[in-house]
Amino acid sequence: MKSGLSRELIAMRAAKELKDGDYVNLGIGLPTQVSSFIPEDVEVIFHSENGILGFGRIADENERDPDLINAGAQPITLKPGAAFFNSADAFAMIRGGYIDVAVLGAFQVSEKGDLANWMILEKKVGNIGGSMDLVVAVKEVIITMEHTTRKGAPRIVKECTYPLTGRGVVNLIITNLAVIAVTPEGLLLKEVAPSVTPQEVQSVTEPKLRLAADLHEMEL
Amino acid sequence: MDKVVSSAQEAVADVTDGSTIMFGGFGVSGIPFTLIRALRHKGTKNITAIINNAGGRLANIDLAVLVKNRQIKKVIASYPVYPWFVSPFEEQYLKGEVELEIIPQGTFVERIRAGGAGIAGFYTPTGVGTVVENGKEKRSFNGKEYLLELALAADFALIKAHKADKMGNLTYRLTARNFNPVMATAARITIAEVDEVVETGELDPETVITPGIYVNRVVKGEKYEVRFE
Repeated sequence: MKSGLSRELIAMRAAKELKDGDYVNLGIGLPTQVSSFIPEDVEVIFHSENGILGFGRIADENERDPDLINAGAQPITLKPGAAFFNSADAFAMIRGGYIDVAVLGAFQVSEKGDLANWMILEKKVGNIGGSMDLVVAVKEVIITMEHTTRKGAPRIVKECTYPLTGRGVVNLIITNLAVIAVTPEGLLLKEVAPSVTPQEVQSVTEPKLRLAADLHEMEL
Repeated sequence: MDKVVSSAQEAVADVTDGSTIMFGGFGVSGIPFTLIRALRHKGTKNITAIINNAGGRLANIDLAVLVKNRQIKKVIASYPVYPWFVSPFEEQYLKGEVELEIIPQGTFVERIRAGGAGIAGFYTPTGVGTVVENGKEKRSFNGKEYLLELALAADFALIKAHKADKMGNLTYRLTARNFNPVMATAARITIAEVDEVVETGELDPETVITPGIYVNRVVKGEKYEVRFE
């Protein structure tokens, strides 16, 4: 199977989904890289559940302050217009419906948009963090992930076998091979990675994919 | 009024075995390192720790200090372990030596907020359709399902703030605020570790985040070096 996009390019493609004026929460891991690919003329305000709105890039070594971090505990910088608040307020913003987009990682996504991203069965313990709060209330949930497991098994499945984070919550899936929308009629293949065919995407996707009328190659 | 005590050891002197203790902090920020070290020294056993993460990233100064010394009986957390290494807590948990209650983070902090505000419980949509709903009352409001979640309170809250005056009014720095002001409200005894103690009247009332009514003791913390990976 072709490997498709690198992790950085997945993040770059996800960044294109964010619009000027969006309030956005980024999950730990690949999603945090999305903040590096926002064009200068697009103003996206990043929210983190540890109590900050309006942070910028990851801090350089000489700028690091242990009191200023994102949800992944990486040192960050402030942008003009930033604000601090406590964790209860951070989640009131989430459940209250003020966050436009969450970009999260996943272990599995089902054809109905069920998300499993907090625990794998092979481990007896996992981390819920803010993910369950985000998926029930954020206007749009975008998943960024590798299309298959390291052993080549599909991560986009008919039914999730790992413990769920939420049911019917995912809107868009961006992988190294494709961009797939979750619709009431099932999964819709909208874009394929350069040199990857729709048949190749289907061969590593468990549910049947419908092809979008304007199916095209990903633009980055 | 003077809530300042002279040492962390004195601040935790009455934290007895079996206490339920909230610990502030998220990631590497806003953790009461000095009070954790004082509890290690005191040796309080069978602690139920209410904390976002069970420690290990800064294993020589965070909650892992108490985990390694077998002082923790149970952890109530939202992000207990790490995806990229096995912490002392995870090691003990996998051997069945310590208990864990895992809670979505927004529910975790809202239960603490309720605990401090005289609210018995609340309905939240978070966790519907997942293992989180097991054993909980589910109720529909305007066609949407919610779970009943109950308040969470503690015997002690050990928190970290930036400045305190002698009345226990507190200010915070940057993202070191996180759970600290919420936990300050939800314990019988709240102990604040701070970078700096100032005279009453020196804090601008507009900048006070935790009013002193919530704080029982204030102690000046030691400086700990926090390194990023």
